Amino acid sequence: MKIHLWLNEREITREIDADLPLLEFVRSEGCYSVKRGCETSNCGLCTVWMDGRPVLSCSVLTARAEGTHITTLEGVRERAEAFGAFLAKQGGEQCGFCNPGFIMNVLAMEDELTNPSDEDIREYLAGNLCRCSGYESQMRAIKEYLRSRKDELPLNGETE
Amino acid sequence: MKYVNAPVIKKDAMALVTGQPVYMDDLAPKNCLIVKVLRSPHAHALIREIRTDSAEKVEGIACILTYRDVPKRRFTMAGQTYPEPSPYDRYILEQRVRFVGDPVAIVAGETEKAVDLALKRIKVTYEVLDAVLDFHTAMDNPVLVHPEEDWQSLCPVGADNKRNLCASGSEGEGDVEAVLADCEIRMDEVYHVKAVQQSMMETFRTCTYLDTYGRINVLSSTQIPFHVRRIVANALDIPKSKVRVIKPRIGGGFGAKQTVVTEIYPAIVTLKTGKPAKMIYTREESMIASSPRHEMEVRVRLGANRDGCIRAIEVHTLSNTGAYGEHGPTTVGLSGHKSIPMYRTEAFRFQYEVVYTNRMSAGAYRGYGATQGIFAVESTVNKLAAKLGMDPVALRRMNIIHEGDIMPAYYGETASSCHLEQCLNRAAAMIGWEEKGLRTVMPDGKIRGRGVAMAMQGSAISNCDVGSVTVKLSDEGTYNIIVGCTDMGTGCDTIIAQFAADVLETSIDNIAVYGVDTDTSPYDSGSYASSTTYLTGMAAVRACEQLKERILALAADKMQREASELCFDGEKVFDEKDGAQMSLFDIATASMCNNEISLEVTYSHSSPVSPPPFMAACAEVEIDPETGAVELLDYTACVDCGTVVNTNLARVQTEGGLLQGIGMTLYEDIWYNEKGKNLSNSFLQYKIPSRLDAGKIRVEFDSSYESTGPFGAKSIGEVVINTPAPAITNAIYQAVGVWIDELPATPEKILRGMKVI
Amino acid sequence: MLRINEYRRVESLEEAYGLNQKKNNKIIAGGVWLKIGDRRLGTGIDLSGLSLDYITETDDVFMIGAMAVLRDIETHPGLLAYTDGAVKESIRHIVGVQFRNCATIGGSIYGRFGFSDVLTLFLAMDAEVELYEGGMVPLKEFVHMPYDNDILVALHVKKKPIHIVYKSQRNTATDFPVAACAVSEYDGKLHVSVGARPARAELLEIASDAMPGTEDGIRAFAEELAGQFVFGSNRRAGAEYRRHVTGVLLARALRELAGQKQHERRNGEMK
Repeated sequence: MKIHLWLNEREITREIDADLPLLEFVRSEGCYSVKRGCETSNCGLCTVWMDGRPVLSCSVLTARAEGTHITTLEGVRERAEAFGAFLAKQGGEQCGFCNPGFIMNVLAMEDELTNPSDEDIREYLAGNLCRCSGYESQMRAIKEYLRSRKDELPLNGETE
Repeated sequence: MKYVNAPVIKKDAMALVTGQPVYMDDLAPKNCLIVKVLRSPHAHALIREIRTDSAEKVEGIACILTYRDVPKRRFTMAGQTYPEPSPYDRYILEQRVRFVGDPVAIVAGETEKAVDLALKRIKVTYEVLDAVLDFHTAMDNPVLVHPEEDWQSLCPVGADNKRNLCASGSEGEGDVEAVLADCEIRMDEVYHVKAVQQSMMETFRTCTYLDTYGRINVLSSTQIPFHVRRIVANALDIPKSKVRVIKPRIGGGFGAKQTVVTEIYPAIVTLKTGKPAKMIYTREESMIASSPRHEMEVRVRLGANRDGCIRAIEVHTLSNTGAYGEHGPTTVGLSGHKSIPMYRTEAFRFQYEVVYTNRMSAGAYRGYGATQGIFAVESTVNKLAAKLGMDPVALRRMNIIHEGDIMPAYYGETASSCHLEQCLNRAAAMIGWEEKGLRTVMPDGKIRGRGVAMAMQGSAISNCDVGSVTVKLSDEGTYNIIVGCTDMGTGCDTIIAQFAADVLETSIDNIAVYGVDTDTSPYDSGSYASSTTYLTGMAAVRACEQLKERILALAADKMQREASELCFDGEKVFDEKDGAQMSLFDIATASMCNNEISLEVTYSHSSPVSPPPFMAACAEVEIDPETGAVELLDYTACVDCGTVVNTNLARVQTEGGLLQGIGMTLYEDIWYNEKGKNLSNSFLQYKIPSRLDAGKIRVEFDSSYESTGPFGAKSIGEVVINTPAPAITNAIYQAVGVWIDELPATPEKILRGMKVI
Repeated sequence: MLRINEYRRVESLEEAYGLNQKKNNKIIAGGVWLKIGDRRLGTGIDLSGLSLDYITETDDVFMIGAMAVLRDIETHPGLLAYTDGAVKESIRHIVGVQFRNCATIGGSIYGRFGFSDVLTLFLAMDAEVELYEGGMVPLKEFVHMPYDNDILVALHVKKKPIHIVYKSQRNTATDFPVAACAVSEYDGKLHVSVGARPARAELLEIASDAMPGTEDGIRAFAEELAGQFVFGSNRRAGAEYRRHVTGVLLARALRELAGQKQHERRNGEMK
């Protein structure tokens, strides 16, 4: 079947199988940041934005994405670098395999929540599993990043 | 600037956080055949008939292989130094299947859909056999998991396939029975740890293809590239020279990828078809047919005086290696070797049996047997404290080893660097041990309890593991380092560069690190056994020191002076007497023209000792006595890993390892049905902690100095997973008086223990 | 793996209903559960072109379209206010935000899963499902109906002067519940919905005046209520444990309910 959508603001039309998950589709379009960690909608590694909302690309069929705007980490490179610098400064990126889905959801959280508490942050990101970090370094990075955004510090991960 | 003991950012960090295509499936050739296997539905069976004709007719199918098509040469998939202690007990495919999930046929095709359809069309007739599912009944069971005559054990590990015995042994010092008989207090306790899963986010995966020279190239998510080279060649029965292994970035390992899990399947497909092939394990496959922790039942007998002096410890471990023996004979050793030595005793004994059963084969998981043994011994010490009415921290202070002590249960090694007591005191102070006491009833009826545990591990396998580093001076005074150790997210590429930068007195940005490619990297056993920082790190230090000598020699030649008169400060070689100098830039340039002094050094390092890192930790839990629900409020840990090389990465290693330990203590459960099928086969059923489950984890370091390690460093990767089980179950006991001896400590078990239900 | 021959984004409910009469055709709601396991569909029916993702609030009813996602429901100001936060409490544990941006109310309610928090919650409200062919059916009847080929179009929640509390317990924060209950009071009755038995949720309705006034009374009453439900075992928890914890949660919910009422009375007096 034919599908027409915007992938990272690039308008594309493709012939696809009816059962093609969005995850495999975006990878086939070169968005290799998007990873699969499970088959049961539990890990959050495959998180992309559909019309600006974080969704599990393993669970959304490509056919369902007709007419939508899909964003992967490749499409928000500057923001990924800005937050990523804070994550790297903590050593929290570790193996990196969960990073893209995690960062997509951190950025979605930044857009959706105002002044989130630690508990708000944990709850918003609960669907992003990580096995390396124990989550503490991610939390430190998020808090420093949000603080820097609030103080409008330069986006290079440097703090006092 | 000094890099050792600094929070250096990982060299690959920005590539990872921006999602660059650096993992196996991002790099695989686009025209790979998709490889999957048909798996046995039976725990134990013989294939009577297998028909593939209908499956072969599916369009796009390139190859279907059964037991008739593979070499009849047994091998092991354990990533260990040859001759491997793990028995040679498998073929790639075999007529006998030994667990639910054991491969029956390999199918390769152009699309996943074609392969899935072909898998459905393979018709297999099984003769179902009785299975050994309970590891207590395995030894000398009339049902043999490996009755075959060509089963082979290469090392004297006490194995006997005609008894379902993968390994057995006994060791000790002093007369344990006599000392126990003389003790005022005798404990006899049994603990059970299940075959929990590493659950790295990137599942097992490999692609293979032929290169220009007709050799099989293996691009694999592995911790052991050099062992993979040997194992793949053994499995395919081809010369080692025909195999090249490349490790890209890998999405976590935790020991899981110290075993060959996927490599052999695409490799045999590429060998048979000449085509590139790849196998990407599903999460389910990663859960049912992989390399989890060895299930162990550990019995501890401990004798003490009424004053708390511990006089004898005996550990007896029954370990379940499952259907195949990967890491069976070695993991069990750590259950005694890394638990008993933390205490000064008059006598000890350590006995073990490792048995085959018709369950998934176990492998290596962070802690590697120490986790199981430490849970048992530390819990028994906590029970002793409870029995004596003593503070468990105070009890430990009376009995633990100190720097300079000989550890008879640890190969007689001396604790040459040991801040165990400092760690114990610090972890206790961090949680407020003295002020808070062991138990607090809260106004809302919930009850808080506090517990403690200690742990040790090793740093590399002594007299065995090899760590190697190649360092060379390149254009304009930059350096290249080539390693064979395998960064799996832990940051060892960066840590090696930190050592090198400090020795070479240069900026870390001036050093490029590359690894791993078995064709170009110097030989390294791989990243396991807590070896990389300690062993490969030392190789880096020595290699760089030798390179400095070469730099001086070349400069001396060009400056027409004696090398002994010259100094190197990282930027130039100079003569202090008259100020004559030659810049590193010019030396590098000179090395590339009319030169016979190679500015490239490879250094290989092994260690006669394996100095243990030590740590102590305290847990504070809050229990809802009406529901049994446990909340981990605070977890404090203090680690002695010698010199902390990268302050960020050491902290994150500790936090991450602790949460894995917390996961296996409170949440992660393994469960099989009566037919031997593993039903904890997804992240829906096997619950690793989310960030809402993690609780607060606080980490500090108290560093001893290990003179045999690089810049005084020891290991950190594994020791960090060992304390949560005994510390948290101790805290649960303090709160509600219930000992949980079989993990995980679920609310239901706690409530049953409290006799509420 | 989910295999689908054909994907049809329907243009009317009539078209969807027609397609849905064929045995191996199926409506694809959020897709988060459907894709688990091996399944082959002839036609996957997509309702997302029918603007069924609405949450409409009028003076006397909430109308929630079948394609409204759980995340929209848990953050809907009207529903949050109406349920005093119970709607968020019942949904916030479900896997993660990305999951809840996919999972739909239609899928959750139609599926009538034993683990469903959402079903347990709405069962304690005056809710009806709007079926394309079957018309309006009270949720408490729908929960017992066998799966058929009708199409769930919307969930309607009639506004009542209501007090409602949701409680659940899980082995991990984002796991299925091992005990889940919603307790509400409206129309002079207590509505006690118990899920995670682990079979699908059941509802019990009792006259409000059965509610005891003392702490001891509440505890005994909650245990008696829990005793009226049938519990089973699975690997997450045994029947005995589920019954016990359900009793504990019901007692807590009843206490909170009493607290809510008291609070409201006091506020009323102050006004």
